[in-house]
Amino acid sequence: MRSLIDILDLSVEELDEMVKVAEDIMADPAKYAHKCDGKKLATMFYEPSTRTRLSFEAAMYELGGNVLSVASAASSSAAKGESVADTAKMISCYADILAMRHPKEGAPLVASMNATIPVVNAGDGGHNHPTQTLADLLTIHCEKGRFDNLTIGLCGDLKFGRTVHSLIAAMCRYPNVKFVLISPTELKLPSYVKTEHIKPSGHAYEQTTDLEAVMPQLDVLYMTRVQKERFFNEEDYLRLKDSYILTPEKLKNAKKDMIIMHPLPRVNEISVAVDNDPRACYFKQAYYGKIMREALILKLLEVQ
Amino acid sequence: MKIDSIQNGIVIDHIAAGRGMQLYHLLQLDKLECSVAIIKNVTSRKMGKKDIIKVDGKVDIDIDAIGYVDPKATVNIIRNGELVEKRDIVLPERLVNVIRCKNPRCISSTEQELDQVFELKDREKGIYRCLYCEAKAEN
Ligand SMILES: [Zn+2]
Repeated sequence: MRSLIDILDLSVEELDEMVKVAEDIMADPAKYAHKCDGKKLATMFYEPSTRTRLSFEAAMYELGGNVLSVASAASSSAAKGESVADTAKMISCYADILAMRHPKEGAPLVASMNATIPVVNAGDGGHNHPTQTLADLLTIHCEKGRFDNLTIGLCGDLKFGRTVHSLIAAMCRYPNVKFVLISPTELKLPSYVKTEHIKPSGHAYEQTTDLEAVMPQLDVLYMTRVQKERFFNEEDYLRLKDSYILTPEKLKNAKKDMIIMHPLPRVNEISVAVDNDPRACYFKQAYYGKIMREALILKLLEVQ
Repeated sequence: MKIDSIQNGIVIDHIAAGRGMQLYHLLQLDKLECSVAIIKNVTSRKMGKKDIIKVDGKVDIDIDAIGYVDPKATVNIIRNGELVEKRDIVLPERLVNVIRCKNPRCISSTEQELDQVFELKDREKGIYRCLYCEAKAEN
């Protein structure tokens, strides 16, 4: 029985396999419409994330399965003092697979250690969010046709942006990938991500504060939100925030086939004027996320 | 300074000077009924200065915990006044309930009965990370 807690729990071969299944689902959704008949997915969300929860639930419905949904788990069992371990054992009696989101780092791992059904980490605080990375990977694969020979620009809050850390860890496993790390100095990528992932992979990387200067070399531009509360003072935030807002002007020198990604929700870091640009992929990314969650459910439930 | 040799017990020798007390607390030697001696700043030919801990009693101690604090320490088991066993110390792969995770966002801070587990991630640098949240252990 497998669970997915960290994106690196999946080998490169398994990811390739899942991408193949995802592409097959997109090509022929009807073939998959009854694969999970009679199966139940439980979604236990201890903090709200409507987008992620709906994506999991839509994925299960697409496969013909059913959903037991606890949208505000924090106000039910945990408030009564039930441990994550006990909750996992209890859910195992009702459902076939569990997707858990929890504000505490490591909670889904604790659930997986106690459950008798597969557990999917649907986000644990600022730690991991592997199904977002699955969505990102499928987006890159479908839109660029490959995982190798890519220059990937990551822009915005690289310090606290967990989706950036996981995407780097996952992409480091493919050959000839270059990372361009674009952020204000205050929000640079933590050094452990470089020493534990980028450096051992031998991949090139470059750090810069200037998005426009590096734009022409990028195959992928992954935008993230620069949040006000990450700054010590308002002045720094106001001074820096515009440099990391994507506008049609900043895209002038970008490659014609570059893709623009964003984990969503967007606030203002991508101007709405960019939405009609054919390179904008962030809404498609949400679609790919649902498809990849379908592939994941099939894999973890061992449905052929 | 001389401390009587022990008859049955454990001598933890070659502890880096200054780490003796840390080890004393980590091994929870304060909870033992038998005699325990911490000898600080002993002159050592090899190390300059070192700490030694002697426990006079048949007790089980967590060798892994010693490896975490000071992998260069040595452990001698004494029976009937004689050295019967020298244990090598290596950095253990896993530390269970030796140290606590200090990350307030970690599930181990709220889930009371959870074991505190740390895993060795870099043997050369001796880096341990929390199993749950991957926070680095602070030595
Ligand atoms: Zn922890």
